[in-house]
Amino acid sequence: MHLGTCQLTKSGSAMPTSSGSAGDAVSDQFPVGLRVLVVDDDPTCLMILYKMLLSCRYNATKCNRADIALSLLREKKGGFDIVISDVHMPDMDGFKLLEHIGLEMDLPVIMMSADDSKNVVMKGVTHGACDYLIKPVRIEALKNIWQHVVRKKKHEYKDFEQSGSVEDGDRQQKTPDDVDYSSSANEGSWRSSKRRKDEEDDTEDRDDTSSQKKPRVVWSVDLHKQFVAAVNQLGIDKAFPKKILELMNVPGITRENVASHLQKYRIYLRRLSGQHQSGLSNSFMGSQEAPFGSMPSFSSLELQALAASGQIPAQSLATIQAASHGRSATKSAISPLVDQRNLFSFESPKLHFGEGQRNNSTQMNFLHGIPTNMEPKQLVSLHQTANSLGGMMQGTQSNPLMVQMAQPYSRAQNESISNYASRFPSSIGLSNGIASGVIGRSALVDNVKGPVYNQVSQPSSIADFSVSRSEDLSGTGFSIGGSLGSSLISSKGVLQGEPSMEVKESRGEGASYDIFNDLHQQKSQDWSLRNVGLTYDTSQHMNMQENTDASSYLVQQSFMANQDTAHSRNSSTGKEVFPGGDERAQRNEPIIGQQPNAHHTDNSFRVKAESFPETSNQNTLLPGHYDQDDLMSALFKQVSYFLAIFVI
Amino acid sequence: MRKQIACLRNSFFDEGFLDEQFLQLEDLQDDANPNFVEEIVTSFYGDSVRLLRNLEMALEKRPFDFCKLENYMHLFKGSSSSIGAIKVKRECTRFQDYCKAGNAEGCINSYQQVKQEHAILRRKLETYFKLARQAA
Repeated sequence: MHLGTCQLTKSGSAMPTSSGSAGDAVSDQFPVGLRVLVVDDDPTCLMILYKMLLSCRYNATKCNRADIALSLLREKKGGFDIVISDVHMPDMDGFKLLEHIGLEMDLPVIMMSADDSKNVVMKGVTHGACDYLIKPVRIEALKNIWQHVVRKKKHEYKDFEQSGSVEDGDRQQKTPDDVDYSSSANEGSWRSSKRRKDEEDDTEDRDDTSSQKKPRVVWSVDLHKQFVAAVNQLGIDKAFPKKILELMNVPGITRENVASHLQKYRIYLRRLSGQHQSGLSNSFMGSQEAPFGSMPSFSSLELQALAASGQIPAQSLATIQAASHGRSATKSAISPLVDQRNLFSFESPKLHFGEGQRNNSTQMNFLHGIPTNMEPKQLVSLHQTANSLGGMMQGTQSNPLMVQMAQPYSRAQNESISNYASRFPSSIGLSNGIASGVIGRSALVDNVKGPVYNQVSQPSSIADFSVSRSEDLSGTGFSIGGSLGSSLISSKGVLQGEPSMEVKESRGEGASYDIFNDLHQQKSQDWSLRNVGLTYDTSQHMNMQENTDASSYLVQQSFMANQDTAHSRNSSTGKEVFPGGDERAQRNEPIIGQQPNAHHTDNSFRVKAESFPETSNQNTLLPGHYDQDDLMSALFKQVSYFLAIFVI
Repeated sequence: MRKQIACLRNSFFDEGFLDEQFLQLEDLQDDANPNFVEEIVTSFYGDSVRLLRNLEMALEKRPFDFCKLENYMHLFKGSSSSIGAIKVKRECTRFQDYCKAGNAEGCINSYQQVKQEHAILRRKLETYFKLARQAA
């Protein structure tokens, strides 16, 4: 998070005081202006809290519904520093919102409730809340919430410092839109404040990354892939940060980075397994158990991934998937799938697209999960695009992860995945994982023309989806993209459980594309699919944002808009993915819009709408029409997006 | 008159109707929001009508869905506590305890208490605000 305008300063009680006085305009006024989002369905409480926050001189925004809050957060990526949410809300459980936020935006979240029973408070802790307030909340309690923001940043910085400049570039790119903070100014002041608050060395290192606002490790798709691969290799149960670090063998990453990423990943998997059950049709559900546990056994997933990559015949994939589905294959397969879903969504944001390359990679990740259903052919195309993406998918190892990721993304990712898939030939492995997961989910995978899909299909868990999908998709190749797009777009809606993508898929190639086309009209340039993978110049940032917006339309639009850019950028990503998918891709997009309603449930795209909402995969959805490139980029974006989440 | 208002206000605390949360609300009132407390209280009472209705409807069903009742009351309790209505809150907790124990009769009785305290406080606050407005 970017503190933005917050500068350390003394104000209120216990505020860190910078050398400057409170009246110092430039200096530390932190935490004044801290951007807080408060969510509570009770209007009385909400108003009281809002007023209290204002009186603390925070920049408060109030919201009475969780879904609105999420969309607000997604729209303005980096627009908030901290979220305060009630536990009991009618439209969405507060803990669920907490998870979403943690995964997608990695903001500190404070829970509150009139319920002070231990188990509820414990739940808050396990879901990652950084604090728990008992109602009625007093203003004194609110005065100190800035500490959570600082703490988190500090932790990030620390990670960053240790990891060196691993993702320096990524990061920078990632936070382009944090600019509203007047980042440069803030950074400086923040840094200085930090210095004051913390030890000097903290800031020193940070200064090195001067341009970046958040000096922390950016978990690019590639990196995440490697991470997942390492985790799978070790086995979820035995995945200790140190070992993972050794396996990954990536310079510039510290054990702490890995540890925190692992933690996020675990939460993600857990969530997936929980979600999966509800939404996913078979394969995914299996994973409920120890999401992590399942990861280790990639084999099934890997198979799928391989299949996705075209190396394994589609049928094998189906088999594999079926196997995974039946859980017989590997628990991991299933779990990952389930988790994949989440992962994807999770990952994508995390994937900092910062660099164009990166984006690609992230996208690839998504593909992993998604492409379960992808037809070999499709996959291939995807693969190609994926390759270009950056080979995020490279690690089939990360299949489990991918699978999981794929799942959530399946919807959105399908497209992106395909994009990615095609782009990253190497990522296929990953994609497979993801694809499998994703495929199951979003059925997008099916469409994935390129290798990307193959991979996805592997995860048997996804198998459900993929299998069903492949049938549908077979022709559409792009449908995946479409589905992705739809899923992405509808991520909000889709996640709800029905992969809207499916809807698209069933449409058939022509249909989905059409839809997209319509959607495309909207072109949201900002959305810049470009980021998605192709250029990723600011994609990271955008991806995340875009994703969050989940406005499928946005995605679509961006896709549309990006088409141009995408094309230029991605060498092949978009296009390859949907070799013929253009038409299909288009389909996807339109579907996206429709997704919420359309779900092709039958397709098993279940892609877990839930997971998607977060993943603003929307981007991916669009890919369909824009071009394959766009789709791919979208996918990648999504992937990166998810990864971004992990990056934390 | 001001003395009367002050007396009335103090009685709220002395008699345990309101707790320091109400003071917090008063602290939030300033020139920019001169009637903040009254607005909040009005909003609370408006919203509580809805919450109480849900409770009553649920209490009409047989057999009782204790879980649901408890949840409804939880919402009402949270709302009441936010304005500092401590007596009301206490009754809410009692109601919840009965729910947990599955004591239907206890629930019904307790609910009546909640409603009563809620109404008493409302009247008192209305009087208070009326006086305050007149004094202003």
